[in-house]
Amino acid sequence: MKKGKHWYDYIWIWAIIYFSLSFFNIIFAWLGMIDFMLPLAFAIFGGSKYFCNRLCARGQLFLKLGGQYKLSRNVVTPAWMYSSIFRYGFMIFFLTMFGNVVMQTWLVASGAGDFQQMVTLFWSFQVPWEWAYTAGGVPDWVAQYSFGFYSLMLTSLLLGLIAMLIYKPRTWCSFCPMGTMTQGICKFKN
Amino acid sequence: MTDKTKKRRLAVVNADSCVACGTCFAVCPFEAMEIYKGCYARPVGERCVGCGICERNCPIGCISIKIREEAV
Ligand code: SF4
Ligand code: SF4
Ligand code: SF4
Repeated sequence: MKKGKHWYDYIWIWAIIYFSLSFFNIIFAWLGMIDFMLPLAFAIFGGSKYFCNRLCARGQLFLKLGGQYKLSRNVVTPAWMYSSIFRYGFMIFFLTMFGNVVMQTWLVASGAGDFQQMVTLFWSFQVPWEWAYTAGGVPDWVAQYSFGFYSLMLTSLLLGLIAMLIYKPRTWCSFCPMGTMTQGICKFKN
Repeated sequence: MTDKTKKRRLAVVNADSCVACGTCFAVCPFEAMEIYKGCYARPVGERCVGCGICERNCPIGCISIKIREEAV
């Protein structure tokens, strides 16, 4: 029997809303924490990849752009990219970078570090991003976390889009840190 | 007595390399794939018709379409 449309088939729209809102007001970057916590909650408490399978806006967006709109070369992902060593290595690197964002936030909160209104792309290129934040609206550390977290989210989106263009629509999913982490948790639990 | 068989196409997943990304689940028009306990993909029961859509979309190419002989 052919499957019907579900509400979650439109979740890709959330990715566009999230990146657009945060582009103009960086505080919205905090909403990305949902994409961090939900997959972990489903994996830890439910022992499933429910998030990846139904609720991931990013995965759906890649499938839409790369599959439906044919923006992908559709070439199978090279084996090293989905090898355990690369997947777990990238996950550890990504978590370390997330730890770095938390650290920067803590330094700003404690007055030991300077607030930086920058988005860092690919963990290297600092892009001034002044339009997205007006000082004084929220404590500096709240905004600092937003800039750091948005940097991670935007970098991973760009990596995913590049992988989509060169390989398969959802090549990003083969080494996505959240996907690796949740599969690891499920394997451990089951 | 004759042993009648029919040939049936169906998707087969290499569970060892599957990264459980759920792409096959998302693209299958017949809801014939599941991500078993969040660990790897596998076809559900008799629903798979072997259309190959999941095979074409799997990012790591760990699905193949096999022909199986079945008793009727
Ligand atoms: S692997 Fe990552 S990008 Fe892909 S569906 Fe899961 S969480 Fe989303
Ligand atoms: S698309 Fe491929 S890697 Fe992803 S869950 Fe299905 S079989 Fe596994
Ligand atoms: S071969 Fe076709 S019917 Fe079978 S699981 Fe893949 S997409 Fe679904």
